[in-house]
Amino acid sequence: MVEGFSRRKLLSLEMAKGENGRDNMQIDGHEPRQANAVYEEFNANYLKAYYGKLFPHAEMFKWMSYGNDGKHPACDHSYFGRREFSFTLDNDIYLRFQSFNNATELENSIKEKCPVKIDIGPVYSVDPAKRHAYAQSGDNVFTPVERELVFDIDMTDYDDVRYCCSGADVCLDCWPLMTAAIKVIDIALRDDFGFNHILWVYSGRRGVHCWVCDGRARRLTNEQRAAIADYFRVYKGNDNSQKKVSLMGPVLHPFLARSYTEVLRAFFEEKILSGQKLFATAERFEKILETIPDESIASELRGKWMESRRSSIAKEDINVIRWEQLKHLLQSGKHKAQGLRRCVEEIVFSYTYPRLDMEVSKHMNHLLKAPFCVHPKTGRVCVPIDPEHCEEFDPTGVPTLSSLLDELNSGGQGAEIDNELDRTSLGKSVRFFRSSFLQPLLKSCKEDMESSYNRKLQQSKNSLNW
Amino acid sequence: MEIVRSQSKITADAVPTLPLYRSAPALEVRLEDFELFAIDRLRVLRGISDALSRGKKPEEMEKLVKDLWKANMRHQNASEVINKDIISHFVLRLVYCRTEELRKWFLSMETMLFRYRFRFESLDAQRALMGEFDLPYKAVSNAELENVKEKLGQVARSISQPLPTADTTFFKVPFEEVPDLVSGRRVFILKGYAYVAMNQVVSLVVTQFRSLLSKALVLTNRKWTSTIREQEKDRLAPIVEALSTSYIGPDYSQPKGCAEISIRDIDQIANSSFPLCMRHLFEKLREDHHLKHGGRMQLGLFLKGVDLKLDDALAFWKAEFSQKVGAERFEKEYAYSIRHNYGKEGKRTDYTPYSCQKIISSTPGVGDHHGCPYRHFSEENLRTALGKMGVSGRTAEEVMDKVRNRHYQLACTLTFEAIHGSSCDAGINHPNQYFSDSQKILQSKKNETS
Repeated sequence: MVEGFSRRKLLSLEMAKGENGRDNMQIDGHEPRQANAVYEEFNANYLKAYYGKLFPHAEMFKWMSYGNDGKHPACDHSYFGRREFSFTLDNDIYLRFQSFNNATELENSIKEKCPVKIDIGPVYSVDPAKRHAYAQSGDNVFTPVERELVFDIDMTDYDDVRYCCSGADVCLDCWPLMTAAIKVIDIALRDDFGFNHILWVYSGRRGVHCWVCDGRARRLTNEQRAAIADYFRVYKGNDNSQKKVSLMGPVLHPFLARSYTEVLRAFFEEKILSGQKLFATAERFEKILETIPDESIASELRGKWMESRRSSIAKEDINVIRWEQLKHLLQSGKHKAQGLRRCVEEIVFSYTYPRLDMEVSKHMNHLLKAPFCVHPKTGRVCVPIDPEHCEEFDPTGVPTLSSLLDELNSGGQGAEIDNELDRTSLGKSVRFFRSSFLQPLLKSCKEDMESSYNRKLQQSKNSLNW
Repeated sequence: MEIVRSQSKITADAVPTLPLYRSAPALEVRLEDFELFAIDRLRVLRGISDALSRGKKPEEMEKLVKDLWKANMRHQNASEVINKDIISHFVLRLVYCRTEELRKWFLSMETMLFRYRFRFESLDAQRALMGEFDLPYKAVSNAELENVKEKLGQVARSISQPLPTADTTFFKVPFEEVPDLVSGRRVFILKGYAYVAMNQVVSLVVTQFRSLLSKALVLTNRKWTSTIREQEKDRLAPIVEALSTSYIGPDYSQPKGCAEISIRDIDQIANSSFPLCMRHLFEKLREDHHLKHGGRMQLGLFLKGVDLKLDDALAFWKAEFSQKVGAERFEKEYAYSIRHNYGKEGKRTDYTPYSCQKIISSTPGVGDHHGCPYRHFSEENLRTALGKMGVSGRTAEEVMDKVRNRHYQLACTLTFEAIHGSSCDAGINHPNQYFSDSQKILQSKKNETS
């Protein structure tokens, strides 16, 4: 009772704050509305203020320039101008092939057009805005030449293995699926493929995006991108086949073995098993029993669990108990058959292994939403996620458009204009973006530029001597 | 390459058994040979393409390529064999350089052919070929191998290969160079480098082969459009043009033959003349009022191929999708891509309906209903689906048998024959072919009765 009471009180305080915030807001054309609506609504005027005061224009430009905006003789000054940006406007107008020559142009255009969504495309061989002029020459000169290696993981692809919510919703019970995905992919990108500059971003609603920005990654061909995506692909099921995961061979490939022992097993047993109550009802455990090829084992377990349903007074979690029983039976000495031992791993993979949207990764010219956009349905900002601490990330707690504007307006008169971003909860995200991603990236871009320039210099010197 | 009408006068420098086709040889070729050699090679490439679409395993492919090569690429004169090889390759380059689609097909089939022929070569010959490609890779030192020995063994066992021994040579190469090994998880990758065993170097060589051929095809295309076509318009150009169309079959991008269909009788037509893959998508769409991207593409382009006009297509998809997502969201999110398919948006390409091969090799995921039911359904689901089409009993067993042997197109052909009570000798290669063949049979039955 006490608890319930205090929660209600908290809520009303929050509402009061909302009302206050609204009163302080100085945005033209803003109509007063229901107090708690302030936190949910996505408002074009708010967006204008967001792009005006909070969106990290300079950082985005720095990132997309990859060091080519400097004074080094090896800089390619056309580089940023050949990048495609694409804006979705409030009235559903979709502007593709936007390009900008410098930071000011980018910033001004975003502020002026106030897009509800900004997508980032590839760097083309020529300025994408002028592609028609080049198209007339007949040859295929307008073609993508560079693009970050990107991954898109969406919670809707997990609908057959989560019971807490479905479709567009996420909660703290299913979010660990994303955490596991980030861990598995991030480790492999670094340790296997040797990439260093990796940015993970919350997609604003129900998934995550990954941007691999090393020069080597940006220059991959479509075929090489597809190869990496396939390397990550384990999940082969569709709605019309029963078995969702099939792990072939007498042992697992080192990548899969590591993903299993270092990430998936623990996630399954500590988070998913109880969080999703995988064995709690007959319907749910039947789905798992179906994947066991040995009918006698499946029916032995089924018998046991139907029985225990009537007398379930056990203190321990029923899901944990049943999982242990299943493991015990499949891995015990009696059933040495390899297929059955593999079955335990297959179940864990089915319920936790990352499911990538393959098409997004395979093609250079696929667009992907820019970080720090505001999701139009949730109002949440697409903030970076630190893969080192991704288990702490809470999608329901990220800054939203309205909460940010609230924070801005409640700052009082004395605050300096410069620090407006830092005063809000977005400041932390931008600082993380700068220090953990952008600075190391630009440093290595500079080094690459330096060394390739020296190589060229050396070459031309050699040819002169010769 | 010189082409003469009269007797052949062929001299060639010594060439290795497996040519890399670096440059067109200075050979004189009789016009008849020009065409005959090309047709023989096309038979090989067609055979490979068919086998791939049936989902043959690498071991089966190896034997098949060997047999195809032996059967078609012989020459009564042993010294001519290699010339036939080279000439036919360069003729087909001309034939297949002319559009993106043709280049893509030729590139993959030639690369596949090269891959298997390389594997037939002796170890020494393989080394020599690696040398010819000038590959800059050195064998990994024993000290370094020691560090990763365990992992290399793990990979070998995971793909059921014999464990590497002390004298197995490994090459350490950027993973970018061996995409096929990466995608199949057939190599150990560490910090951006793949450890490629000697028996896998074919992947390295094939990557080189492919990229050289790809560049060469673009150049050939330029030469073709700028000079050859005009110069040869009375002699080679007709042969070249005939070769490409007679053997790749129609692509169904231009609907023809059948009368236009309208949305009013689309349900009835779907029931009588859609192949299972399209029926399934169609029914799912009616049921869920939604299809994911892969399904929309597969069904949408098929419908375009059966001559559903853009306006009708928009109305058709809208009627379903708006029940689920509302008319407004349909207009916003889906209408664009339908117009796109019809070449009315974006880069304005008129997209071609998917062939069986493309559908069979697609990879449907969760919530997806596209792909080839014969390949992607579980046995149980397929049986049910066949039952719904009125195929059961012994016929159904025959279909399942084909499926088990991964003859998906033959399974579809059998289904077609069972439903229509009429044979289909050409086999099913394209959903739109299924449709038009079916319509033809139904039409003639109608004419008979009336």
